[in-house]
Order: sequence, then structure tokens, then C-alpha cells
Amino acid sequence: MNAAWEVVIGLEIHNQLATESKIFSGASTAYGAEPNTQACLVDLGYPGVLPVLNEEVVRRAVKFGLAVNANVSPRSIFARKNYFYPDLPKGYQISQFELPIVEGGELTIKDADGNDKRIGITRAHLEEDAGKSIHEGHDRSTRIDLNRAGTPLLEIVSEPDLRSAKEAVDYLRKIHTIVRYLEISDGNMQEGSFRCDANVSVRPRGQEELGTRTELKNLNSFRFIEKAINFEIERQIELIEDGGTVVQETRLYDSDKDETRAMRSKEEANDYRYFPDPDLLPVEISADYIEAVRATLPELPAAKQQRFVDDYKLKSDDANILTSSRAVADYFEAAMDASDASPQVVANWIIGELSGALNKDGLDIDASRVSAEDLARLVNRIADNTISGKIAKEVFEAMWAGEGSADDVIESRGLRQITDSSAIEAAVDKVIADNPDQVAEYKGGKDKLMGYFVGKVMQETQGKANPGQVNKMLKDKLGS
Amino acid sequence: MMDLHSQTLTQLKDGLGRGDFSSLELTQALLDRIAAHGEELNAFITVMRDAALENAKQADAARAGGNAGVLNGLPIVHKDIFCTRDVLTTCGSRMLENFVSPYDATIVERMAAAGAVVLGKTNMDEFAMGSSNETSYFGPVKNPWDHERSPGGSSGGSAASVAARLSPAATATDTGGSIRQPAALTNTVGFKPTYGRVSRYGMIAFASSLDQAGVITRSAADAALLLGVMAGFDERDSTSIDHPVPDYVAGLDGSLKGLRVGIVRQHFDDGLDDATGKAVREALAVLEAQGASLTEVDLPNLDYCVPTYYVVAPAECSSNLSRFDGVRFGHRAEDPQDLLDLYCRSRGEGFGAEVKRRIMTGTYVLSAGYYDAYYLKAQKVRQLVSDDFSRAFENVDVIAGPTTPTPAFKLGDKTDDPITMYLNDIYTIGANLAGLPAMSTPCGMVDGLPVGLHLVGPHWAEESLLRTSHQFQQQTDWHAQCPEAYQ
Repeated sequence: MNAAWEVVIGLEIHNQLATESKIFSGASTAYGAEPNTQACLVDLGYPGVLPVLNEEVVRRAVKFGLAVNANVSPRSIFARKNYFYPDLPKGYQISQFELPIVEGGELTIKDADGNDKRIGITRAHLEEDAGKSIHEGHDRSTRIDLNRAGTPLLEIVSEPDLRSAKEAVDYLRKIHTIVRYLEISDGNMQEGSFRCDANVSVRPRGQEELGTRTELKNLNSFRFIEKAINFEIERQIELIEDGGTVVQETRLYDSDKDETRAMRSKEEANDYRYFPDPDLLPVEISADYIEAVRATLPELPAAKQQRFVDDYKLKSDDANILTSSRAVADYFEAAMDASDASPQVVANWIIGELSGALNKDGLDIDASRVSAEDLARLVNRIADNTISGKIAKEVFEAMWAGEGSADDVIESRGLRQITDSSAIEAAVDKVIADNPDQVAEYKGGKDKLMGYFVGKVMQETQGKANPGQVNKMLKDKLGS
Repeated sequence: MMDLHSQTLTQLKDGLGRGDFSSLELTQALLDRIAAHGEELNAFITVMRDAALENAKQADAARAGGNAGVLNGLPIVHKDIFCTRDVLTTCGSRMLENFVSPYDATIVERMAAAGAVVLGKTNMDEFAMGSSNETSYFGPVKNPWDHERSPGGSSGGSAASVAARLSPAATATDTGGSIRQPAALTNTVGFKPTYGRVSRYGMIAFASSLDQAGVITRSAADAALLLGVMAGFDERDSTSIDHPVPDYVAGLDGSLKGLRVGIVRQHFDDGLDDATGKAVREALAVLEAQGASLTEVDLPNLDYCVPTYYVVAPAECSSNLSRFDGVRFGHRAEDPQDLLDLYCRSRGEGFGAEVKRRIMTGTYVLSAGYYDAYYLKAQKVRQLVSDDFSRAFENVDVIAGPTTPTPAFKLGDKTDDPITMYLNDIYTIGANLAGLPAMSTPCGMVDGLPVGLHLVGPHWAEESLLRTSHQFQQQTDWHAQCPEAYQ
């Protein structure tokens, strides 16, 4: 990154709230139905129909507000944002403008130096989603699918506090984690449940005044967001350094070409003619209601991470990984309940073997083929010296393949560690007898050969000898 | 037996109850009358002959089975602004010339559930924007008292059909006077309830914060009967209010002794036709004779009502009418070249001049840079108007005055000058801005044309308004007068 320039980024996240029904109608919000089968007369904007606010949507917005330490407005107003587009049935979108339901929140991310950095959340407001226009594959015509029309959205707007693409992604991941912790959204980026627009500008380092910003749209994965912002930063810097000026405009990110390109300039921007929607009453939220919602809040990611560090003495990074989703954290804690092993060992198994296996099979942890309790029992067998860590990996693979519990696999495959010293001694003696040259070298001072002998003994015992005992016995016999 | 068409809704209800005639006979008689007179008045956009006869049979069967609802077998007509399932619902516009609604408005549903038989859908100003019925795509309605004159608007078809005894009662809507002004000009009773008293669900929106459904009838008693069925909370309309619905019919009885009637001096100023003013003063004297006291009250912001209304109503309508874009329903231009062409021609062809005028006015007042000066300012004035009424109602129970400045004007007289047309609603608009219940009741004749007495009450004063009107009707017979050709 260019040291002469400072990057300023603000993000607008459009987060679908995963309610059963739409924000202003009773139609289902389920994803993937046949086009236009989940749009009722209200969603279609038929003459005479009226919107009725889904209370669950309000509850979820309040939850979010409390989770980011924001003010929940005692009174917020729905307004109409007027513009014509075929996938906007009423010719206006019901949104919140002057009085949003949530204002003034914050969360903490790590900056480039690894220090805590506070990112302000300007506001979060409720609105309805539009339908989808499908331009591809239909000659000159456009097809409209209104299933999505009226799906509840929480638009979360950050302050321009972010200073790099990496910070932006860190912030996004944190918000993404929070909405899933709160169970207010499924956060599914492929299905468009969690979308993001980025306002990006650059200014000479030290300058107070903000540079002209562009708005990047169509950012639907963390990877693309980072790439798009970085592309845009470079583009703006190059443009200015070549004597040009940045034009305020909306730019679309093309992930195939890894570039952004102009979509529409500010001059072409709509005048949305916002005004309070006369069909809806102001949303009034009492202090009692807020407290009742607060009582339902789960432990939030930041608090959970800190607890994992404090109580389980986990490494901070590992605690961060384990708390990245509620399901993973719950898995860890369920495993700890059934485990005699050290928390860090359990954590290592989840972050290592288990995550690898889940990724390979494309499974969420909820669908893991090895339960938390079974994983705990496996780790217990290492702790009680029934098997070695190395054998444990084989056992895990067998468990993953459905061969039963750790104990079942250890028994059926005969993997129990040999702790009988006479059996180990026989193998040690055999290895010493079979390798006279190496023994001589060892005795001549080549200490590194100890590993060679241990390996040979393990080979003799099909890996089942207790490595500690083998080591000790070899040293005794070879007289070091 | 009196001719069926000449009876009021209340009389017909009694007759059906006694078994003097069946709903089928009654419905047939009225359908015959509509066939004979509907076209000359242009009062109907749709006559629902077959459905009405079928529903009348069902009503008779229900009564025979002991399941007669409050409105069992009683014929009514709906203003064509109310969505009626499987029936054309045009809102008086080319835009919806072929729109068959897939659902019933709440009030349509409630009246059907009470056993009412719907004869047809009445003509109206396009999207309820107009005070003369001349903006209807289907042509103006004629005033039964004089075919050269307007019946008023926007509920002109409803008013004319009741005045001409084609239907004993009609539903209607009132955004700035659209129930009361046509009622006054046709010698009928027009009742607009408190905002939120009656559900707006299924009523095609003009200006959502002002629109309210009501009725046009021959008597206050008939209005009370219908209002009892229409009123009440509807979970499908967030602006409908969960407030108990009293027995309006039972509330009609009682003396006017002690009733405090407020008179607004400005209502009798220059703009009022002399003869109309005289008729209204005589009506006030009748109320006084019945024990009411008259007090002068002040509404200092009265002059700002019309300009305020013509900012707020167009602003809301410009947004409400955006859904008519040719994409999903309604008029769609032939062979659109592109999206903009589809929008421009569908809307350009589908909407008439007055609707376009208001959409443009509304778009302008909501635009960036003008919003504060117009829309926001209008909302503040609206609050002041509302406050004026609240103060006035600390001292009086009802405010009385003329419904319109003049009796019915000639068709074509005001069409070139929208401002003169807008001023026809000068006395009625305040009640919409403040969300108050208001009604017009027949109170005199000027050169053979009817005059209406306008009554406005505080929020939820429906009972007191209906009682005042009903008691007035016990002492006068203006409301019983019918144009000779329609007796």
C-alpha cells in the first residue's frame, strides 16, 4: 500500500432477517421457490392493499442494536423511497430515513498493528427488499421474480472509520458473526442474505478533508470485497497521481475480471422524494420491551472469546477461531464437558482434524460425522495413554468413516498402545540387535540416531508402543 | 304498499323482516330501475345483475333458515374505488379499465357477511380526484335534480344513484369532501367517519392519510345502520384504530337539548352563495328550536386548509399511484420500445389530465430542495388546523355550517379552472386534515337545487353527529324530497 495515501472506507451491509414471513405481509421468505410463488397481493403492490409491520422484524433489529451497544430509538418512522423499477412493485421502497430504529453503535476490530480499534456504526434501519430482475437468457425481455420483494432487510451503516480492505473485511466478519450469533439472519452470502456496498475514498496522509468517494456494489463474498476494495484503492491513487480526479459514482465489481467499473454517476442519481409512509404508524418501542429483548441476548462473540482465553487458557487466535460461530463454540464446550484432556488439546483437534474433515466434505459443524462427545472420548484416550496422538489420527479417520466410537475403533483395529514393558523390551532388543552399525555410531556420539531407533521400535510394534516408554528403555539400554 | 324503490334502507329492512317482500323482489325492482335510469345518469360503471339476483336468493334462503344478518337482503352499491373480488374495479380510470380485482375490500367483505346485496359499482372521479365527477374516464355523472348539472364528486355515482332512488344506499370515500359535497348537491346524507374508524384495506388509495370510507344514504338512520357494519378495527390496515363500535342506531334517539353547536364566522363570508347561506341559517334555527345552543367558534387557520390539502394530497397520491406502471396490472402501452417507453406511455395513456396534474404537483412538492418549503410546511399547518378544531371542541359538541358554497354547478362550468373547482371543498377539507367525523344532511332548496348542512364533530363523535342529523330529520322533510323524475 502506498504510504503517501490514507484510505477511508465506510460499509453499508444489507442483511436479510431470517423471519418466516415478510416484513409487511404474510408471504413466506423461504429461498429458492419457483419464481413469483411467494408473492402475495401486498408484495405485488396491488391496488388497495396495505402493509402491516411484522413485529418479529422489529424484535430482531432491537437485538442487533443491543448487541452492538447502540441506541434503540423509542420512536422510528417508516418512509417511502420513491423510484420506478420493474422489480419494485409499488414504485417505492418502504425504508427508514430520518428516524431509524438503531443509531450509534460500535464494535472492535484489530488494526494493522494488531491493536484494538473501535469502528462506529452510524445506524441500522429496517427496509423491504426489492424483487429480482433477470436480464440474462431472455432475448430482449427482462423477467421479474417478486419472491424476494418484501423480504425484511436490516441495513447496517458504518462510520468511515475503516482504513484498509483488511479492516473492512474484519469488520464485516464481525458483523456477520454477530447476526448469526443473534440468530436474526442466516448470513448466507451466496443467497444474498448478507450483501455489502463499500464507500471508498483516498486522501493524502495527514489531510483532514475526505477525498471523493465511489460506491462499490455487488460485493457478495469476503474475498471479493477485499479484492474489489483493493482494486478501487489502487485505481483511485493511480488516477490522482496521474493528474486525474475521482468522480463520485457507483461502481460495479466484476469478479471475473477482478475490476470495478462505473455503473451510474451522481448526476444520474434519483431524487427519491422520501416522505413518511402514511400507511404505517411510527414504531414505538418501550424501555420494558428493550429490556425484555436484552434478556434474550446470547453471549456475544467478543465476550465468549475473552472467556475462552480466561477460563480455558486458550491461545487468543484459537479462541477467536472457535468463537467465529456459535455452533463451533458450542461444539467446543460440549467436547470440554465430556473431556479430561487439556482445553488446548481439544481446541487443536477441532481446529485441525475436525475442521479439515468438515471442509473436505463441505459440511457445517452441525452436520459433523463425529459428535463433540465422541471427539472428547477420543482425546481422552490420548490423555490416558490408551493410544498415541499419531494413532489417534487414524482412529479419527475411522470414526469419520462411520466405524463407531473411539473405543470401538481402538478395539476392532487393535490399536491399543503397548505399555507392557516386556513386549516393548523385546522390540527394543530386536532393533539394537538388527542395527549394529547405527548403535556404534550412536555410541560414538551421534545422538540424533535416537529418533531412528524409536521409529524402528514403533515400526516393530505397528505404532502401538508407548513412545515415552520406548524412549526411556532405549536410553537405558544404549547407555547414554 | 309503497313502491320499493321509494323506501329508505331502514324501511326496507323492516319490510324484509316482516316478510312484506323478498330480497329477490326488491333486488329485481331496483335492477329494473337501474336498467331504466342508470344510463341517463351515467351513475354506474358496472351493474352486477346476475350476482345481485343470486345473492338476493341466498339472502332470502338465509333469512328463511333463521340466519339473517344485519343487512340481510338489503341492496347497496359500491363506489368503484372498492376492490370487489372477480368484479371490474376501475377507480374511474382508463388505467384500470380492465382490472378485475382478485380480492374484496374489508368493507365489501363485512357488508357481504352482514347479508347485503351489491347491485353494482358506481361512477366516480378518476382515482377520486375531482369535485364534479367530470374527471371520470367513463364520463360525468348527471345530477338527478338537473341533468345539466354535476352531482359533485368524487362519489358522484354513489350520490346520484341514491338521490335517483336506484339504490337505497351507497358506499363512498372522502379525501377532501368526496362524500359530503356530492351528498349536499344531490339531497342525500353523506357520512365520513373519524380517520381510522373504517378500514382502508381494499380501497384504492388516493391520499392515504386523508382517505376514509363512508356512506351516502337517504337518512341519518340509514347511515347509522351501515356504519355499524363497516366500522371497526382491521388488522390488515395499520391505520385503523381499535376503538369500540357503539350501536349507532340505538344512539339516534335523544334530545338535542343542551347540544352546543359551533358556528364559524368565516363560513358565512363572501364566498358563500346568499340563498345557500339563508337555507343553512334556517337549519341552524331548527336545531336551536330543538334545544341546541349556538356559539361562535374561531378556526383561525381555515384559509390555509385548501392550500395545505393541495400539497399533502398530491404528495401522497404521486407516490400511491406509482404502482400503476403497466408492469403487473392495469393499462399497458402497446409494443413498448424500452422500459422508459413502457412507463411513459402506459401512464400517459392510462391517466387523465387531473390525475397527471396532481401527480406532477405531488412529485414537485416532495422533490429535494422543495420538500421543506411545501410538504413539511403543509404538515405543520395541518397540525395547526387540527389544533384549531381541538380548541373549538373544548366549547362545542358539533360545528355546523354549509357543506358547499353553492348548490350544484353546471357540468363544464369549472373544468377549465382547477382552482375554482378546488374551492368547492373549502368547508369540507378541514375535517380530513384533522381526521374528524363529518357529514352532510339535506337542509333546504335553492331554485330547485338541494343545499346541505355540514356537521363536524370531535374524534369518535359519530353517534352525536348521527343523532343531531336524525333529530333534525324528525323536524324537517328536506331529506325525503326526491327529484320529480325519480319519484
